[in-house]
Amino acid sequence: MELSIIALPLIASIISGFFGKYIGDRNSEIVTSLLVSISAVFSALVLYEVIQNQYEDNILIATWINSGSLEVNWSMKIDALSAVMLVVVTSISSLVHIYSIGYMSHDPHKPRFMAYLSLFTFAMLMLVTSDNFIQLFFGWEGVGLCSYFLIGFWFKKDTANSAAIKAFLVNRVGDFGFALGIFLIFYLFGTVNYSEVFNQIPSIVDKDLIFLGVEIKSIDLICLLLFIGAMGKSAQILLHTWLPDAMEGPTPVSALIHAATMVTAGVFLVVRCSPIYEYSELALNIITIVGMSTAFFAATVALVQTDIKKIIAYSTCSQLGYMFFATGVGAYNVAMFHLFTHAFFKALLFLGSGSVIHAFKDEQNINNMGGVWKKLPYTYTLMIIGTLALTGFPFLSGFYSKDAIIEFAYLRGNTAGYYAAGIGIFTAFLTSIYSWRLIFKTFHGKYNNKNIKIEETHESPLVMLIPLIFLSIGAIFAGYSFKELFISFQGPNNFWQESIFFLKPLSTNHPPLWFLILTPALVIISIPIAYYLFLRNKNLTERIVKVNEPLYQFLVNKWYFDEFYDFLFVRTSKRLGLFLWKFFDLKIIDGFGPDGISSIIKRFSIKANKFQSGFIYQYAFVMLLGFSALLTFLIIK
Amino acid sequence: MNFPILSSLILLPLIGAFFLFFIRSNKENNFTVKYVALFTSLVNFVLSIYLWILFDQTTSEFQFVEDRIWIQNLINYKVGVDGISILFILLTTFITPLCIISINNSIKDRLTEFLIAVLIMETFMIGVFCSLDLVVFYLFFEAGLIPMFLIIGIWGGARRVYSAFKFFLYTLLGSVLMLVAIITIYWITGTTDVVKLYELGIDPKYQNLLWLAFFSSFAVKTPMWPVHTWLPDAHVEAPTAGSVLLAAILLKMAGYGFIRFSLGLFPAASEIFTPLIYLLSVIAIIFTSLIALMQEDMKKLIAYSSVAHMGFVTLGIFTIQQQGIEGSIIQMISHGLVSAALFLCVGVVYDRMHSRLINTYGGIVSIIPKYSVLFMLFTLAALGLPGTSGFVGEFLILMAAFKDNFLVAVIASLGVIIGAAYMLWLYKRVVFGKLINSDLKQMVDLNKSEIVILTCLAVPTLFFGFYPEPLINTIEISISDLIKAYNIEIASKI
Repeated sequence: MELSIIALPLIASIISGFFGKYIGDRNSEIVTSLLVSISAVFSALVLYEVIQNQYEDNILIATWINSGSLEVNWSMKIDALSAVMLVVVTSISSLVHIYSIGYMSHDPHKPRFMAYLSLFTFAMLMLVTSDNFIQLFFGWEGVGLCSYFLIGFWFKKDTANSAAIKAFLVNRVGDFGFALGIFLIFYLFGTVNYSEVFNQIPSIVDKDLIFLGVEIKSIDLICLLLFIGAMGKSAQILLHTWLPDAMEGPTPVSALIHAATMVTAGVFLVVRCSPIYEYSELALNIITIVGMSTAFFAATVALVQTDIKKIIAYSTCSQLGYMFFATGVGAYNVAMFHLFTHAFFKALLFLGSGSVIHAFKDEQNINNMGGVWKKLPYTYTLMIIGTLALTGFPFLSGFYSKDAIIEFAYLRGNTAGYYAAGIGIFTAFLTSIYSWRLIFKTFHGKYNNKNIKIEETHESPLVMLIPLIFLSIGAIFAGYSFKELFISFQGPNNFWQESIFFLKPLSTNHPPLWFLILTPALVIISIPIAYYLFLRNKNLTERIVKVNEPLYQFLVNKWYFDEFYDFLFVRTSKRLGLFLWKFFDLKIIDGFGPDGISSIIKRFSIKANKFQSGFIYQYAFVMLLGFSALLTFLIIK
Repeated sequence: MNFPILSSLILLPLIGAFFLFFIRSNKENNFTVKYVALFTSLVNFVLSIYLWILFDQTTSEFQFVEDRIWIQNLINYKVGVDGISILFILLTTFITPLCIISINNSIKDRLTEFLIAVLIMETFMIGVFCSLDLVVFYLFFEAGLIPMFLIIGIWGGARRVYSAFKFFLYTLLGSVLMLVAIITIYWITGTTDVVKLYELGIDPKYQNLLWLAFFSSFAVKTPMWPVHTWLPDAHVEAPTAGSVLLAAILLKMAGYGFIRFSLGLFPAASEIFTPLIYLLSVIAIIFTSLIALMQEDMKKLIAYSSVAHMGFVTLGIFTIQQQGIEGSIIQMISHGLVSAALFLCVGVVYDRMHSRLINTYGGIVSIIPKYSVLFMLFTLAALGLPGTSGFVGEFLILMAAFKDNFLVAVIASLGVIIGAAYMLWLYKRVVFGKLINSDLKQMVDLNKSEIVILTCLAVPTLFFGFYPEPLINTIEISISDLIKAYNIEIASKI
């Protein structure tokens, strides 16, 4: 059964990808959705087994690479951590599969789309169930590949293709660090198997290493290199630029890959490697700083974007930042909890926005929407639920997980922790503002679309709404029902068993009461503020924008990261490539090498040719010259 | 072992070529000619598979050795295989029939002669990989140039003569030094028998110069930076089948030579020159990857990417570690499959549109979908995606390099990023996007023989990506013993 969880999506993908043409669109959709749903049911059973009986297993499937002392297997590791991920991945994936049947109903390439979705699910499952770093890397690049395919799914759109390549390349930059991390692990431990590596960690804690001229603790270096990989995949600041562009892909893809599953792989990596990270204070602090910067940065950008999907994409980026600073302050289980709840409400928001886009016939700009809440009652309600859950409105899932992160950051008791808590609270406020801005601009106010009449907007079909309803159940109850299990404050937590490692047990203190109330209070206050700013008194908003024009431009242009990278990397490498080719290869190497030598020989032989003119008087003259020179030489001597 | 299986492998294509010689080539006969050549090469392939089955993976001794006196006390015709060479023989016999099938419309004139050249080439290549006498090796190694020179010079494109001579001069110049070195070895030790030389060893005081002489020949053939500039020209002008042979097999001779001779015969010198190889490999990886990024000609792009990939190979070999050398051999096999496939992919669109320029194309995915799928697969294999054979080789090489030198591994890993950039960008510009050039609408999708060829290359690419054990098991013992011998030699010199 465990193996079929992984195998079923692969089989689904193969059937739909290679035989989609023969079995028809509808059958491909049914087959893929069904197989992935079965996989989801099995995953739930596995999680149940883990909760009830502390079930753990490590199934060997086959050897992969076995070279010298390096041994890598295809395997499936099941423990609390991977079981949670299995459930998140397969459940969201099956819902997205079903939703896609409705969303992609006008697309001519349905089997291909479903095949990619299933293939992605397979790769993601390989990633989360690996028992070694190289299979993890396989899944890691595999999900990146599927993401590349799916972002560029509408291959005629040039922007989609560029976004796809950008996603792949930025991830490759992250993978570069990740791969170096794996090399370093193999160098230090001679193995890439998790458990063998983790066992040896305490023995190298104090070992220093000179890396590219810098002396650094080897454990810090491992953690930082792996974290570069995590930053790429989870779109953390500096390597985040691909995520907003990735919204070029179809919306179900954004929900599955760029909100619920793939982008959380980085968080998963850090949690999985908690036995390493716990020993590296430096890396943890850096993760905290990167996480909170991302959370803050993405929230500020989300405030001013006008594309409905990009707002949610930046919101994802920001929430991933929360997860990271949770791991940074050592609260791995809380990070996993937020990952878990976030998967539901963010997928809900994305699919809901897909439903809106569908209703407006592919309009994504929220300035061209408005006033349709009566026309789209279900979508509207579901989006409200998603928004409440995201902003951390009391007693919905985001409330439990996000507030727990902020509390643990506070309880960490070091500088990074306090900063993170402060930024976390402020960002929660921003989150609430931009989320309600989205709701008000999309559903309330005047109807602003000039292309289609309001009568033509329509509610989505049932096949799209049902997955949304399932997700909304998760968005409401996932936090409350799983909080005991994931982040129980009482005593040692035995759900996670060995899968998460704590060097020092997490603090069980309670933060002061005012601190506990602060975030929910801000979240609730922000609703009327957003209402006032974006519906009631738009003049005020415009005035604020006008006064802070440079800041506004800075935010609209996403802090100018894209422009900077384009200048620094893209153009430089192109120019360098051109220089190396036209100048170095053609002028220097060929010029002095083969072409140069041959032209010298040619010139020389032309000279030599002239010498043999065939005229006796010329030969005689040369002889005379030589003779006189010799004579002169002898006389002078 | 009475049946001379290696000699049969060497001679069979020659016999086939001999038969072809007597068939008059004209339009009606083309069919017969092609099938004779194909049949010959397929028999050879089956024979080499048989060889692989018989091959004993538990020893590093040379197997199937045949030793015949050629010139008394001077040269013996000695052939044999071990784990290092057998895979290259398989690669050769596998690629050649595919190459022959691929000649459909691309070669119109003198088909018989072309096939003769291809078959003779196969003979020489197999000879290179199994000869155990330096002189015999040298003869095969150099003779391999001639058919290639003719293929480029006769059936090539517009600038074929320039390219052919560039190719010839470059490769010959290096080889002259190797010949001198072989003669010197004979003067020093009194033999050119590789097995004996392994036992005798060569005095370290001679090794440096000898190593450099061999290096000059291998570096050109690899090709290593900065003597790589013949390769793009040769590829661009060569017909598709020629490019395939060149990329898939010819380039592997030097990598094989480095392992067999540079490491095997001159360990002390190899130890000294390792930094040089590292430097040149890393430069090759980064420089040529950047150059590949800017190419407008598809074949040139793939040619430059070949240089970068071979940079990984030389890097891996000189890490002198199990993972590094195994990675290099797998990388060579993988590159043999993938670059052959990529050149064939270029050939497919070239046959239809007669243009190799990237900007001729764009948006062809909906017109020729089957082609696009297979092309995508090979693109991914070329950029080293896990699950393809390209990944296994590259990853092992980098892993080994990292153990030896952090800086080298870090820079070489950067090449992997650029590799992804140029391959994906190429694919995007050729296959995706809007269809602008309306001539492209008349393109037809892959015909049966093209599907067969590309699938034959795709299957091992994926299979060895997921399960490289058959390759690794074959080479494992030979490499570990080679490294053991190397380390003993080094230790005794200090």
